[in-house]
Formats: sequence, C-alpha cells, structure tokens
Amino acid sequence: MSELATRTRSGPGRLLIAVYAIFALAATARSAVQLGTHFSRAPLAYLLSAFAAVVYIVATVCLARGDRASRRVATVSILVELVGVLAVGTLSLVAADAFPDATVWSDYGQGYGYVPAILPLLGLWWLRTSGRG
Amino acid sequence: MTETLATVLMYVALAAAAWAAVLVVVNKPVQLREWHGLWLYGVVALLELGLLAQLVVGIVKMIGDDRQLDTLAFLGYLITPLVVLPIAGLWALVERTRWGPAVLVVGCVTIPVLIIRLRQVWEAHV
Repeated sequence: MSELATRTRSGPGRLLIAVYAIFALAATARSAVQLGTHFSRAPLAYLLSAFAAVVYIVATVCLARGDRASRRVATVSILVELVGVLAVGTLSLVAADAFPDATVWSDYGQGYGYVPAILPLLGLWWLRTSGRG
Repeated sequence: MTETLATVLMYVALAAAAWAAVLVVVNKPVQLREWHGLWLYGVVALLELGLLAQLVVGIVKMIGDDRQLDTLAFLGYLITPLVVLPIAGLWALVERTRWGPAVLVVGCVTIPVLIIRLRQVWEAHV
C-alpha cells in the first residue's frame, strides 16, 4: 500500500469517504426505486438520479483506493459532481416542469441539507491537501 | 410502524452520535480497550439489534397490511440503516485519529434521517 493511498484515506479523508459512501448508497437506492417503480413519471429526473449515483460510487471507490490513477479519476468524477449539482440545481429552479420529482441534486441538494453542494468542494480540497507530499 | 421502537432507536442513535462527537472534541480515536470506546460500541451493537427488530416488525406489518404502500422504498428504508451502521463502525475503527469517531457521528446521524423517511413512507400509504 503506497504512502499516498494511505494518506488519501486517513484522517479527514476517512470521514469524506464515509459521507461519499452514504451518498452513493442513498442515490443508488433512490434511483433504483424510482427507475424500477415509476420511471415514466419523471424520466429526466430519474436518469439524473441514476447518473448521480454512478458519480458518487466512482468517487467513493477511487477515494478509498487512493493511488495516483484513482485520485485522478476521483478528481474528474468530483468535478462532474460539482457541475452536476450546479446545473441540476439551477435547472430544477428555472425549469421546474422538467422535474416533477426530486433528484439528489435538485435545488442544489436542499433535500439532503445542501450536503451535495458542499461535498464536491470538500472533496477537491482534500485531494489537493492530501496530494501535497 | 412501531412508533415507540422507532422513536427509541432515533434517540439511541443521536445519543451515540453525541458520544462520538465528544470523542472528536477531546481528540480521541475509537479505542475498544477504553471504557469510552467499549460503551460506545456496546450502544452501537444494541442499536443494530434494535434496527434488526425494526426490520422484522416492519416486514410483518407490511404483510399484515393490505393498504397501498411503496413497498420497495419502505424495505429500502428498513434495510439501509442496518447496513450503514456496521460499515460506519468498522470504518471508524480502522482510523487511529479523532476522524474515526467523526465517521461514527455521520453514520449515527444518518439513522434518524432514515427512520423519519421510513415513517413518511409508511404514513403516505392510503
């Protein structure tokens, strides 16, 4: 196990990964229920939920692995997450008709205490901090 | 839903979270050899048992109830806390700094949230 990997997943990284894992689980469960039971009600919102779930899973796994390549993938997925929460957050406010049902990222993650909006910032900060040798 | 059990579980989870938060503040990792770590994990184990009981009661109630219920979501909110807690417990245990109990704070705070959602799903049925 490399020193970088250990550093990435220790200390604040440990907490960050835990929060990411919970969001991965929450988003996966939510989108599975939505896609499985009433997909036609709000296809766009539900597909975005599923997309968010994948992004959270990738970020969680890559942060937990913590090697150089994983950290690069984690950075990309967290950037996608940041763009996603800002785009979906804005869209859900200006084009509410397209979102008859909520996603994790609706209203900038309001339903989840705005954690989805703060989490990518913390993730990027931690990747930067732990990357300095 | 069993209102009493759900309420008790929420308070126990919050108590465990508060306890873990104290460990974060006084800068201690989770140590099972110390009374503060051992008792914390004792409470977490009890909580897990309670969540298991809630799952059983929930399934029995679901089967005995012929009203319309979002079954998948209901089961999801019954099972998720049962999974989150032990994983958070293990993840907290491998960390040798104050960030260990911090993980447990997050894991324990998740539980009342899930129980509130569980109640909402149960009460939403007609």
